[in-house]
Amino acid sequence: MTSRIGVVTFPGTLDDRDSLRAARIAGAEAVPLWHRDKDLKQVDAVVLAGGFSYGDYLRAGAISRFSPVMETIIEQAKAGLPVLGICNGFQILTESHLLPGAMLRNNHLHFICRDQKLRVENAETAWTADYSAGQEISVPLKNIDGRYVADERTLDELEAEGRVAFRYLDGNPNGSLRDIAGITNAAGNVVGLMPHPEHAVEPLIGTGRTDGLGFFTSILKKLVSA
Amino acid sequence: MARVVVDVMLKPEILDPQGQAVQRALPRLGFDGIADVRQGKRFELEVAEPVDAAALARIHEMAETFLANTVIEDFIVKVEEA
Repeated sequence: MTSRIGVVTFPGTLDDRDSLRAARIAGAEAVPLWHRDKDLKQVDAVVLAGGFSYGDYLRAGAISRFSPVMETIIEQAKAGLPVLGICNGFQILTESHLLPGAMLRNNHLHFICRDQKLRVENAETAWTADYSAGQEISVPLKNIDGRYVADERTLDELEAEGRVAFRYLDGNPNGSLRDIAGITNAAGNVVGLMPHPEHAVEPLIGTGRTDGLGFFTSILKKLVSA
Repeated sequence: MARVVVDVMLKPEILDPQGQAVQRALPRLGFDGIADVRQGKRFELEVAEPVDAAALARIHEMAETFLANTVIEDFIVKVEEA
């Protein structure tokens, strides 16, 4: 049976279509999910896509976090459902406390849109198993609230447990502490990052590379072998 | 009607580039002597019922779970005299 990957659309989500497409290109059945619907339609994994849900009002991700669909996602993520948060999705995951820390305005206050080199630090999560630890990839980065912050104790804990999943290379684009681009929860099923793997899955568009496809093939392999 | 104000500020150890940008613009506008600026948010809540201890506790809970993100922000709840 084909694995089903759900992608949530909130009011203001931008990258749901690209995320659905990336899931299909990787070989999954892509399932649109709606923010007001608690029903996850029996998906095997969920992607929280990028954009500006609820206009980033209050704080990025703060209002989405209390939507009906997130009630189910938070509950099931704690029970092991694989969840990937990209950009605004990462912000929603930190606001939901599924991942520690928070995201703030870039230290230089500019919106950034460029290809970004990353190092995959943890290749054992549900979403990164198709990469190798230390592998360098390049995917688009586009945000204004991309500065990852957490207190020193949390940062030390993340480092010690290998939960920094991705680090920025060739310059820190936004002032994120310890160059953190993405993190994972302790179980490895919930992963969040600011850069956009779903925009780098076909050679024809974006970076001209397919460095982001591994997120989607990783989860498919995991689901098939589960 | 009573007004309850919730002030939300970034914690002191969190870098506030927006406040810094405001601070840097001040001398250019002729406002000297401001050593630092921190920018925050103010919420004004109009409460229909009299604000008793229970109502204040609920507003405190609201601020903690929603109006502020206590990972990065502190908040203060104040009842304004009518």
